[in-house]
Amino acid sequence: MSTIVETHDHGHHGPAKGLTRWLFTTNHKDIGTLYLWFSFIMLFIGGGMAMVIRAELFQPGLQIVQPEFFNQMTTNHGLIMVFGVIMPAFVGLANWMLPMQIGAPDMALPRLNNLSFWLLPMAFGILISTLFMPEGGPNFGWTFYAPLSTTYAPSTVNFFIFSVHIMGVSSILGSINIITTIFNMRAPGMTLMKMPLFVWSWLITAYLLIAVMPVLAGVVTMMLMDINFGTSFFNAAGGGDPVLFQHVFWFFGHPEVYIMILPAFGIVSHIIETFSRKPIFGYSSMVYAMASIAILSFVVWAHHMFTVGMPLAGQLFFMYSTMLIAIPTGVKVFNWVATMFKGSISFETPMLFSIAFVALFTIGGFSGLMLAIVPADFQYHDTYFVVAHFHYVLVPGALFGIIAGAYYWLPKWTGNMYDEFLGKLHFWLTFISVNVTFFPMHFVGLAGMPRRYPDYALQFADFNALISVGAFMFGLTQLLFLFIVIKSIRTGKKAKPEVWEGAGDLGLEWTLSSPPPYHSFTVQPQVK
Amino acid sequence: MTYLRKFLNKALLISSSFVAVTLYANEKTDYNMPVGVTEVSTKIFDLHMLIFWICVVIGIIVFSIMFWSLWKYRKSKGAVAADFDDNFWLEVGWTVAATLVLVYMAVPSTQVMVEAYDDAEGEINILVTGHQWKWHYQYLEDDVGFFSNLSTSQEQIDGDMPKGEFYLREVDEPLVIPINTRVRFLITGNDVIHSWWVPDFAVKQDAVPGFINTAWTNVPEPGIFRGACTELCGIKHAFMPVVVRAVEQEEFDAFIAEKVALVEAERMLTSKVWTKEELMERGESFYATNCSACHQANGKGIPPVFPALEGSQIALNDTDRHIEILMEGVQGSAMAAFGNMYSEVDIASVITYTRQAWSNGENGDGVIVTPKDIVDYKNKIDL
Ligand code: HEM
Ligand SMILES: [Cu+2]
Repeated sequence: MSTIVETHDHGHHGPAKGLTRWLFTTNHKDIGTLYLWFSFIMLFIGGGMAMVIRAELFQPGLQIVQPEFFNQMTTNHGLIMVFGVIMPAFVGLANWMLPMQIGAPDMALPRLNNLSFWLLPMAFGILISTLFMPEGGPNFGWTFYAPLSTTYAPSTVNFFIFSVHIMGVSSILGSINIITTIFNMRAPGMTLMKMPLFVWSWLITAYLLIAVMPVLAGVVTMMLMDINFGTSFFNAAGGGDPVLFQHVFWFFGHPEVYIMILPAFGIVSHIIETFSRKPIFGYSSMVYAMASIAILSFVVWAHHMFTVGMPLAGQLFFMYSTMLIAIPTGVKVFNWVATMFKGSISFETPMLFSIAFVALFTIGGFSGLMLAIVPADFQYHDTYFVVAHFHYVLVPGALFGIIAGAYYWLPKWTGNMYDEFLGKLHFWLTFISVNVTFFPMHFVGLAGMPRRYPDYALQFADFNALISVGAFMFGLTQLLFLFIVIKSIRTGKKAKPEVWEGAGDLGLEWTLSSPPPYHSFTVQPQVK
Repeated sequence: MTYLRKFLNKALLISSSFVAVTLYANEKTDYNMPVGVTEVSTKIFDLHMLIFWICVVIGIIVFSIMFWSLWKYRKSKGAVAADFDDNFWLEVGWTVAATLVLVYMAVPSTQVMVEAYDDAEGEINILVTGHQWKWHYQYLEDDVGFFSNLSTSQEQIDGDMPKGEFYLREVDEPLVIPINTRVRFLITGNDVIHSWWVPDFAVKQDAVPGFINTAWTNVPEPGIFRGACTELCGIKHAFMPVVVRAVEQEEFDAFIAEKVALVEAERMLTSKVWTKEELMERGESFYATNCSACHQANGKGIPPVFPALEGSQIALNDTDRHIEILMEGVQGSAMAAFGNMYSEVDIASVITYTRQAWSNGENGDGVIVTPKDIVDYKNKIDL
């Protein structure tokens, strides 16, 4: 499978010149690039907000910002990281890689693809602009619990609602495109159970998105009605129920957290098999595990609400269902380890990030398991222990998956190898700082520090200072990543089509030239 | 090869630093979950440690196999990859093993949960209401209640004064409960959702407006127990701590008797004839505890969120609206309806105070509002 597919140049098929190339593009690679740069920029904006948060929390007392602005920072940091970084980065990777992995020339619905991307800058333009309005931006947490986000919200909440609607439309359109592409454009011979795991992970993710983004749209619409049209969905004084908000939000929210991790599962599986030089262990159990995680993710939502006052039977049900999710999650970890076992392992940067992913994501899974135990969750809930948990699954989890994927496929995209020395440096600095930042949060939380606090009691001071130092180091280190990416776009050792030793047999993307032709596969390859 | 050795050394170093931090934190008990003082809190602590150690053991097994494989099968040593990619019984085996471990965890978790969850009536029942940004405690049997405000000064928060030992964990009036008594808390919210947490009792319960949640405790020993609000409730979320003082029964009885007497005295005060100076004095101290957090001691507020009172048209020339706002609050803002939270005397005196204070006395009508005016207002509304 090492033949290079020739490029047919029909003249009008190359990229357009100048800005219009990016504005009007319907090309999956160009759109993928747009998504990836968009999420990279948002990473620095959201990261900047995190730096403000950590600067304020470096010492007890109020020094840098007032609580009102602090709340805007935590809220927007969360919203931007979830909807503006992790999700668009995954969609960017999907755009680049899905057609190449299934042997297609492009995505099935290219114009829709353009629209899904260009909705995003609008959504985030609106969201971020609220920070500059007199009343300030959203300040009610990324989970925007009513009535703090309705009756008691600044009037800019309407912009926030509009922005969430646009993000939702973008995600739904993107998912329709991905599902259509996967079902209709696979190369002959590529049956479902022969699809690369990244394709599988995105197929499942796209279904999750289509199922839950409308729920999110519903809940913000109910807010909109409560705020502007006198309804009382979440207003107790009018006969409504503030807790209903949480049920609806988390019915979206829990599948959402899996939307943010499943594609990373796919990426990491490819990387581990590549650098272990051994096919992934238990391919079909990997697929079933992802599918069962996705299904279970619809019946665990209330584990975010154990202190809200549910009946005993409800508490127990959600405890058991949440514990159940640990089984398929564990199976995935075991499979990755079994893939490394008796392999022939080398440690390029993508592999380093993937190994760290397996180890640190597992730590996040452990804390998740602890949080699932209802009585114990009474003590953990809404403290830094939860903050530690979800940052372990989202930073060394989802984000490491994205970074690993970027290193893994960069040479394919740009045709140049990235600087391996700098890549490893980036890895080690990131690995150390991520743990200095998030590991101590477990203990600060157990010791009793609630989350979303701009100021705290003196006994938390030493660990908080340490956390802030780690956070600044982590933030700075990502500038190095930016440098490495730019450098590999401009120069670098030329990459071969298969890029990684032996990868030629692992997937169709490695049979294309590096960089690949503008229309990936103009002739469908045959998969045996 | 040397690179790899370095890599594995680092891996070892890193994993041992995880262990070291964990041990340090466990050693300094302030950095683990508090054992607490009640039966339930102790059981929850034991459960937490049980699950924690199970996770540690699984972690050690999985991570040692992984790092050992990384070391043993490294390519630089010439490892050649095997080509197996599946093993049915292995998959079944670890799925079953994981399930068994989870069942092993679920059993004690369920037991503790059933015990912690119990909404039967208490010997003493206390209504806990979360307000932006303070707690109100009402003893239902004796029909007395009071607000509990943060007592750390703004100067300490702003760094203009050294911070005290209980920085942000101290209140003007803690909740007092008797020991060895089943105390039930009925928890609700007045505006947004708050959450009432006392780690030493392992009680954390959301205070949801319009709904009443229950929690209970039975404290075996006297002491002062400090907690916090744990549901984001707006700007001063971090500044509404919970402090509970558990005391012997006799002391508790004396405390309640004193509170009941205070309520009586307050009733008497309403019918008393007040001078402007008396109202001003009382109003000033009421303002400092209940209003200055938002409207600021100098009356200038923090616009646009918290309006200034100095120079406000309402405080200068509109007595009726002034009374109305204090009594009914402003929908959708942090300005609560104080009418049913405080006595007529308090409301009248703080209105009088804000109409005289700063430059308002010179620039406005300077009307004096008496407790009788408030009683009249209430009667008018009731009609
Ligand atoms: C073994 C798997 C997992 C289990 C058992 C688990 C369990 C939990 C539980 C019980 C909570 C609620 C804690 C509380 O608020 O008291 C929670 C919070 C959270 N989890 Fe997980 N989790 C798991 C994996 C993940 C993954 C894979 C992600 C995302 C990639 C994730 C993201 C989050 C987030 C974002 C929150 C906090 C949301 C918030 O309140 O802001 N979790 N998890
Ligand atoms: Cu969840």
